[in-house]
Formats: sequence, C-alpha cells, structure tokens
Amino acid sequence: MNFRNQFYRVGVALLPGLPSLLAALTTFVLFMLFLTVQGKPAWEACQLVVQGAFGSAFALESTLQRAAPLMLTALCVALPARAGLIIIGGEGALVLGGLAAAVAPLWLPSMPTLLMLLCMAFSAMLVGGFWIGLNGWMRQKRGLNETIGSLLLSYIAIALFNQLVEGPLRDPASLNKPSTVPLGDDLLIGPISDQFQVHWGLVVGIIACVLAQILVRNSVTGFSLQVVGGNVRTARMMGLPVDRLVILTCVLGGACAGLAGMFEVAAVQGSANAAIIAGYGASGILVAFAARQNPLAIIACAILLGGIEASGSLLQRRLGLPDATTLILEGILFTSLLAWEALTPRIVAWRLRLNERVIQAQGALQHG
Amino acid sequence: MRALSLETIGAGKSFGSFRALGDVSMKVRAGTVHALLGENGAGKSTLVKGIVGYGPLDEGSILIGGREQTIVSPRDAHGLGIGMVYQHFTVAPGLSVAENLVLSRGELPWRIDWKQERARLAEFMQRMPFNIDVERAVSSLAAGEKQKLEILKQLYLDRRFIILDEPTSVLTPQEAEEVLGLMRDLTRAGDLSVLMITHKFSEVTRFADDVTVLRRGQLVGSKAVADTDETELSTWMMGESRTQAAVLERTRNDAERVPGLEVSNLQVANDRGTLAVKGVSLSVLPGEIVGIAGISGNGQRELTEALLGQRRRSAGEIRVNGRPYQATRTEMQRERVYSLPEEPLRNACIAGMSVAENLALRDYDQAPLCRSGWLINRRAIRLRARDLIERFNVRPNDPDRPIGTLSGGNVQRAVLARELTEDVAVLIVSNPVFGLDFASVELIHRRLLEARNRGAAVLLLSEDLDELLELSDRILVIHDGEINHQTVPAEAERQVLGRYMAGTEQNDQQVAS
Repeated sequence: MNFRNQFYRVGVALLPGLPSLLAALTTFVLFMLFLTVQGKPAWEACQLVVQGAFGSAFALESTLQRAAPLMLTALCVALPARAGLIIIGGEGALVLGGLAAAVAPLWLPSMPTLLMLLCMAFSAMLVGGFWIGLNGWMRQKRGLNETIGSLLLSYIAIALFNQLVEGPLRDPASLNKPSTVPLGDDLLIGPISDQFQVHWGLVVGIIACVLAQILVRNSVTGFSLQVVGGNVRTARMMGLPVDRLVILTCVLGGACAGLAGMFEVAAVQGSANAAIIAGYGASGILVAFAARQNPLAIIACAILLGGIEASGSLLQRRLGLPDATTLILEGILFTSLLAWEALTPRIVAWRLRLNERVIQAQGALQHG
Repeated sequence: MRALSLETIGAGKSFGSFRALGDVSMKVRAGTVHALLGENGAGKSTLVKGIVGYGPLDEGSILIGGREQTIVSPRDAHGLGIGMVYQHFTVAPGLSVAENLVLSRGELPWRIDWKQERARLAEFMQRMPFNIDVERAVSSLAAGEKQKLEILKQLYLDRRFIILDEPTSVLTPQEAEEVLGLMRDLTRAGDLSVLMITHKFSEVTRFADDVTVLRRGQLVGSKAVADTDETELSTWMMGESRTQAAVLERTRNDAERVPGLEVSNLQVANDRGTLAVKGVSLSVLPGEIVGIAGISGNGQRELTEALLGQRRRSAGEIRVNGRPYQATRTEMQRERVYSLPEEPLRNACIAGMSVAENLALRDYDQAPLCRSGWLINRRAIRLRARDLIERFNVRPNDPDRPIGTLSGGNVQRAVLARELTEDVAVLIVSNPVFGLDFASVELIHRRLLEARNRGAAVLLLSEDLDELLELSDRILVIHDGEINHQTVPAEAERQVLGRYMAGTEQNDQQVAS
C-alpha cells in the first residue's frame, strides 16, 4: 500500500514532464529517419551528438559555454510567459545589450575594473530591458500582439546594431569585420578556473535562473504575475496593476537577454560585432518551451541544447554532415515539443486522478 | 396531423459511476405542449440531449409516432423531424435572417440561387403565424425576435417535434408571453408538438398541456396540468415544499449616512467603442440592497465591469464610503469592496490555479499569507483554504485541485467564501445564481441578506426578476444604458417593470439616485 502510494506520488510529480520526454523520443526517431533517408549512418550520428556534447572535458566546456547565454535568453521568454505573453524577440535585446556593454567603457569615465564590469552589465540590462519592455508597453497600451511585435522589434534591433557597428561606432581598425573598439584586456571576462574553461556567464545564468524561480514561485509579485497570466479579468477584479506587472516582467526578461549580450561581448568576442547575432535568442525560445517556462528546468534544458549545438562541428568533421544538421535537429525538437503540448489538458486530468488515489490511500492508512 | 408524439420507455444514462438518469418513462402526446420541470442537475438536459442525439441514452427506448427509433446522433433526430431551440441563441449575428435560415439547412449546393431561395422563404413566411423581415440583419433583432427566429428556423427545417430549453430566460415578460403563446397556437393547430424545459411554474400552468417532473435523475410524476397545482409540482421538484429563508433581523438607522457606493453620471463604452452605459447615477446606502433589473445587453455587463475595475470608464465618478474610487487594490482592501460577478470561472477565478490559491486572491499580499512583505506563505494559504472549504462546503474538499475542475455550484461557493468575509463594506453582485441548483441559490441568497444585515451596501444586478423582488430594498430598471425607473419591491408590478425593461415606457418619473 505504502509502496503504491509512493508510486502515485512520484507519478503526480513527474507527469508535467511527460510532454517533454515524449518530444525528446519523437525527435530522436524523426532525426534518425531524417539521416537514414539521406543514407547517413543514423545511429553513429546520434552517438556523435552525445559525444560532441558531453564526451570529453573539452566538449563539456564547449557545451556549457553555449548554455550560458541560452539560460538568459530563455528567461526572456519564460518570465513574460508567466504573465501570459509569448515574447520571441530575445535576440534583439541580446544584440543591443551587447552593444551597450561594448560602448559603455568608451563613454563612461575610467573606474576600477569590477565597477566598470558592473556598469557594463547594468547598461546591457537597461537597454535589453527597455527593448522588451517596449513590447509590453505596446501590448498593454496600444493593443499590439506581443509575439509579432517582439519579432519585428528584434529585426529592428539587429538592423540598428548593424547600422551602428558599421557606422558611427565602428572601430576604424576593424577592416573586414566591422566591430566596435575592442574592450581592454582587464575588461575581458575570463574562465571560471584554468581547469574549467567556461566563462563566468554560466554562473550568472544559473544564479539568474534560481532568482527567477524564487520570484516566480515564492514572491508576491510572482503570484500576481500568475494571476495576470491566468485570467486578466480576474486580475483586474482583484485590483492588480495589470499593465505595470506585464511591463515589469518584460523588462526583467529583456534585462536577462541584455546580460547575455554583455557576456557574449566581454567573455567571447571582445567587442560588439555581427558574430554575436548567433541565434541565441531563437534557441532561447526553444529552451524555454522545452523547460515548460520553469526557470530551474531551463538550466537543464539550456545545457542539453548547448550540447546539441556544440556537437555540430564534430558531425561535420566525422560524417561530412552540413552545419545545418544541428539546426534541423533543433527544429524537429521544437516542433515535437509544441505538438506534444496538446497533451496538457489530459495531463491535468491524469494528475487529478492520481492525486485522488494518493488521498484515498492516505485515508486508508489513517483509518486502517 | 403533422405533429409527432414521442415516448421514452425506461430511459437511462450514466456518466462513469454517476447515474444521471434512470428509468424515465414519459409520453408527449402529439399536438401538445409538454413541460419538463426539475431543478438543476435533475436530469432534464440529459434526457433531452438523449432525445436529440447529442448524448445518446444508454438504456431504454424512444418511440416516435408510436414506432421505436434509435437516435445516436443529432442527424438521426433531425431526420425524424426533431429539433431543439437552445437557451442561448445559435444564429449568426453578422448575417441576415434569410441567410441564417438558408444556411441552417446544412446541405447546400455549391452555388446558392438566392432568387429562388427568397421566393421560397417568402412563401414559407406566408404560411407562418408570425413574421420577421427576412432582409434584416440578425444583429438588429431584439432578443424576443431572435427567439422567434430560432423557432422559425425549426419550422423552416420542417421539424415536427421541437424541444425548447428554457426558452424565456432571455426575454421580457411580454416577449415570453408572445413566444409561448405562438408555440401553443402552433401545437393546437396540430402542426407540431413541443417539449419545453422550464423552471417557471407560471409558464407551466399557463401554456403547457401536460407536465413531467424529474428529480435526481428519476421520474417523480407526469400528469395533465389541469389535474395538478403549484404546491404539488413544487413538492415533486424539491421533495418538500420550498421553505422561505427566515428573514434575519437587521440593524439599520436611516439617518443621514454616507452611501457605501455612489455612482454619478457614469459613462462606459463597450468593446466596439460605443457607449453602453450612458450616464448612470445611483447610490447604495450601508445596509441596503439595491437591485438593477434589465434585459441582458442593456449595459449591465459594462456597468459591472466598470465598477469592478475590469473596464475603463469614459466619464463620471465612482465614490466608495464617500471617497473617490479607482478600483485599485489598495482602495479595495482599505474600503473593503468585494464582488460576486457572473460566470465566476471567467470573471473571478483562475481556472488553472488551485482552489487554495484562488481563495487567497484577495489577500495573498498581506499577512499572514505573506511573510516579510514579499514571500508567499503557501502553508498558510492551504491552511486557510481548508478552513474556508469546510465552512462553505466546497466539494471535493481538496485545496490543491485546480478550481476549473469543480462544478459551477462549488466554484461559486468558493468565490463566496473568498468575497463574503466578515467585514464587507460594499458588495457588487451580478447574476450570482445563474445556472445553480436550489440548495446553492438558497445559500447565496441567505449570505447576501446576512451581509446586508451586517451593514454592507449591496448592488445586485440580475436578469431574474424573482431574485430582485425577493432580495432588494429598492429596484432600479436599466434600459439601453440608462436607469429609467425606480421602485420598491412591495409596490413593484411585473408588467410595469417589464415595460420599462423593454423600453416601451421611458422616464415618466424623476429617478432619484
């Protein structure tokens, strides 16, 4: 009886993860099929994906290096999602945040390194937060669909970035790869340790996810956001400042994406250039959906997706598969996730039934 | 005679382990109006859905015109000439009457020959005892006309047995009279038979030939209306005659007092941007229930939403306890403003959140549900929820269950538990008992009276005149976004109220606020 009860409890706890699990399985099957049709060794390719992601210390480092910005851009989706918004424009906030971080040291008076890094982070978050906050504002005040709005604003952000980097902010010394003036060596963010060659962005990403979890799950503001996202009519009836809450969550999400841009600039590229437009914003959407908008699950999903992206070069070298293969894999994964999302109402029903069993079993234990 | 007779023998239906309907045998004679009475959950809808094929019966048989028929889908029922008019309109508002009628046929050729269709419609309308201009847009029809269109649609489709589901719930008394009278005339002429779901005794005694009463899925009785009376019917329905709730003693001094709720010259636009509330002024004193009567769609929804803070107002002022009120959370908590809106799942709950969380919506940002000013105390939320669930008898009593999975009555009880705390100062209520069973209705009405007696200012918007007459201290009538009549229940006459509700009589007296 007790064992059974435990079993039901585990079931209740794990059921919400079922769509993600099924999506992973579907993706695996479809990806194998995709490779087999081309006459490529499917099983070997799958092994290579795992190997390229987690097979060696180097692979793991490369994976985590990619996971760091994904955690932050995923938060740019997951936080507004709490208030019922689907924001897909994290890329724009990332590139503009990166640009802000790159030019901050040029415009601000000189100051100690740590303080300057904080200023860079702050300006990146400010710009990113403003950009996504603009989406929230347009939605609440002008009735613009936030999904389309954020996508279009993201294109504008990228165009603006290119315009500035190739124009007024261009370092005359950067000849064939237009960039801003490179950051001084003291401002480059190094690896966490010599044995672990991953930059500090990973730590910041994990901290951001944990803070987001606390905000969403344990704070009054998080509860209010859930009310707004669940039923805006009820939120209004409760007198909640709906507009303010929506814009706040957008600003927080945008700030995370902006921060991701700062780490891309200060820890990877050394200056703001077109290389930071690497699709982290888009992959972040995938991560957030795979994690079902749960900040803690984002950490795991970001590492998983970082792994897939990191394995691309290995696939290319060993099997001669094109670079786009990992993109295809991601695409299949995203489609499967959305498709299995349709299970959600059933899962709610199943959880209820299991929950009733748990209660019944408890009753039996108490009385018997 | 074109009219069909219909008989069920041993009709039954179960949902899982719950037997919604069992062993119901009844007969609707051809060319009669047969009333089906019963409280909510008595099995009326289950039986009727079985007859029209939306939820086929598990047991028993159906005899149409004396011959046994199997009905497993609406298509079967339609083929036999059985049609149904639903409580809520099923016409397309953007199309004309003619288009609605022609579309309802279902199987249309790829190209519609409108000239021929119009000729056929004109010929059809000539045969009908009542008419609607076929060129009019359905959106321009009044509720009564829409209901007539629904009935015309059934006749147009050559139905010979029509089921009406609470046909008068959206009509004024005059419109109800007219529509039901027409149905009676059509049956008398032998053109059709009617099975009518209702809960109004007056409609049974005045328009029906026979009556069948269901209770908890069982047949209680079936006989000719002439051989029965209201006392017997109500005993059949409720098990025993409905007892009046004891009127509670209330403390009230009518000295000069600040109104709990005061609205002056309020204007509110609807979703299309046109004014739905056109300068409403009213005031509700503490310890008073002010009822607002009106046919649905005359600005009540916009008025409620503006008072609740769900909709922006275009002009005017709202004051609560004498202070200007913008419906912010701080004001709600300070002035103790609460509300029971209609459709609680849509307006006052978050379906996906648990019962416990929904019960905390008013004060999750205050101690003891919140610690250190920002941390949610989930343990306290669950603990308090358990207490409220027991006190208000919410079933099932699991605080962690998503509230959207509860039945309508239980959702409303949960909202009641949250909103009717001990110290309500202002209460805004809109159609609080719509679709609930008698037990829940009694409970809610009693709680409203208790709140008033403790000194709450209650504004009650309702489409149910009986409810208003029973509970209100004053009644205002709203028509087309304006208050056009004020009276007290003791002096109110239904016919007069009905005329004001329909707008046939306008502002003949000065409305005091």
